[in-house]
Amino acid sequence: MSTRPHPNPLPEGEGADKQNSLPSRRGAGVGAARDWPLWEVFVRSKQGLEHKHCGSLHAVDAQQALQMARDVYTRRQEGVSIWVVPSSTITASEPDDKPAFFEPMADKIYRHPTFYTIPDEVGHM
Amino acid sequence: MYTQSLDVPDGPAPALAAVAAAPDALQTRFDEKIDADQKIEPQDWMPEAYRRTLVRQISQHAHSEIIGMQPEGNWISRAPSLKRKAILLAKVQDEGGHGLYLYSAAETLGVGRDSLLDALHTGKAKYSSIFNYPTLLWADVGVIGWLVDGAAIMNQVPICRCSYGPYARAMIRICKEESFHQRQGFESLMVQMQGTPEQRAMVQDAVNRWWWPVLAMFGPPDAASTNSEQGMRWGIKRISNDDLRQKFVDATVPQAAILGVTLPDPDLKWNEARQQHDYGAIDWDEFWAVVNGNGPCNKERLANRVKAHEDGQWVRDAAQAHAAKQKARLLKEAA
Repeated sequence: MSTRPHPNPLPEGEGADKQNSLPSRRGAGVGAARDWPLWEVFVRSKQGLEHKHCGSLHAVDAQQALQMARDVYTRRQEGVSIWVVPSSTITASEPDDKPAFFEPMADKIYRHPTFYTIPDEVGHM
Repeated sequence: MYTQSLDVPDGPAPALAAVAAAPDALQTRFDEKIDADQKIEPQDWMPEAYRRTLVRQISQHAHSEIIGMQPEGNWISRAPSLKRKAILLAKVQDEGGHGLYLYSAAETLGVGRDSLLDALHTGKAKYSSIFNYPTLLWADVGVIGWLVDGAAIMNQVPICRCSYGPYARAMIRICKEESFHQRQGFESLMVQMQGTPEQRAMVQDAVNRWWWPVLAMFGPPDAASTNSEQGMRWGIKRISNDDLRQKFVDATVPQAAILGVTLPDPDLKWNEARQQHDYGAIDWDEFWAVVNGNGPCNKERLANRVKAHEDGQWVRDAAQAHAAKQKARLLKEAA
């Protein structure tokens, strides 16, 4: 598992800017880095729908992140509700784990309704 | 706005030998994904040169959005009506927002926001050549919307299918918002063309000054574009500079006729055999002079940008101090 939503794709030490390189920058608290912390933004486009990830931004704290998300991601009424989450708190599955993690589900086709043949006269089921 | 179909190296190219040979299996998987038109995501392995190219292109694009706020921002306080002022404010705010989407996309490649801004402020990073031309008249604001945003849309729509996921997604958001930019410009010009002879002359004057720099926005001719082939292979670039430019000319000629302006090119004419317009030679010496810092407004644009950043330092400091104070208060309450 990785706690970095956007891990540096480079080997350690090859980042373009070392003093700001991931993951220390992402995990840094206020005042610890020149950059403000990164927040992931989720927007609910209308009542009844789920919040959906729409991007990220830098802000000093949660309140400012919300205000900036409003200005950056909902200038045309794209949302009725916003979540902001510190990027450093997101735990993501590793791409390398993809086969081990997801493939066990591939051969369980009996979990899908189309696996079962039902006579036509039964109608919708 | 505003990318330029031009991937200008920001500095001396890194020696290829210094890039470690990629592990074969990883490279093969990457190539397979590109061939299958699948997206590459930040967590995926990618060749170092692919990453570098994207950082350069996305950050140049982000810088262009931010610098692109200036030529039009110049007219916000002098817009001819409250309606036009509100429209222009919204448009310039959009450009700032587009810069932010793009900086975020660039950051997923492992570069920090500060280092990207430093590269812009020190003149190390490039931005679109078009913003180094002045907006002399109110008509320039309309022409920027019509032609500059029009050219940018032509450039940007194919990038919505770019192989790098975060860039493609940012471009989809941006393209959705661009249509308003072009339409408001064209409509503003239509209103001016119904005005006095002097007002119509000002529109024509603005078109005359912007036409050639806009054609140059699509970047050097295909024959001289060294990076294009690799960009195509990687699915970063989808349509060649010359093809995009041709598409733009063909789309714009009828619009100019509706508007009632002429395009300042005596060689511009319909070619029946090609079923496309022929157009005159672009002055590439001028283009390169502007790209390399010697356009009419390069120094002013950069100086404004640096000054705005420095003048905003106290706001950033205050926000940080406020956040630290709030955090300390919470900790004290909890104790």
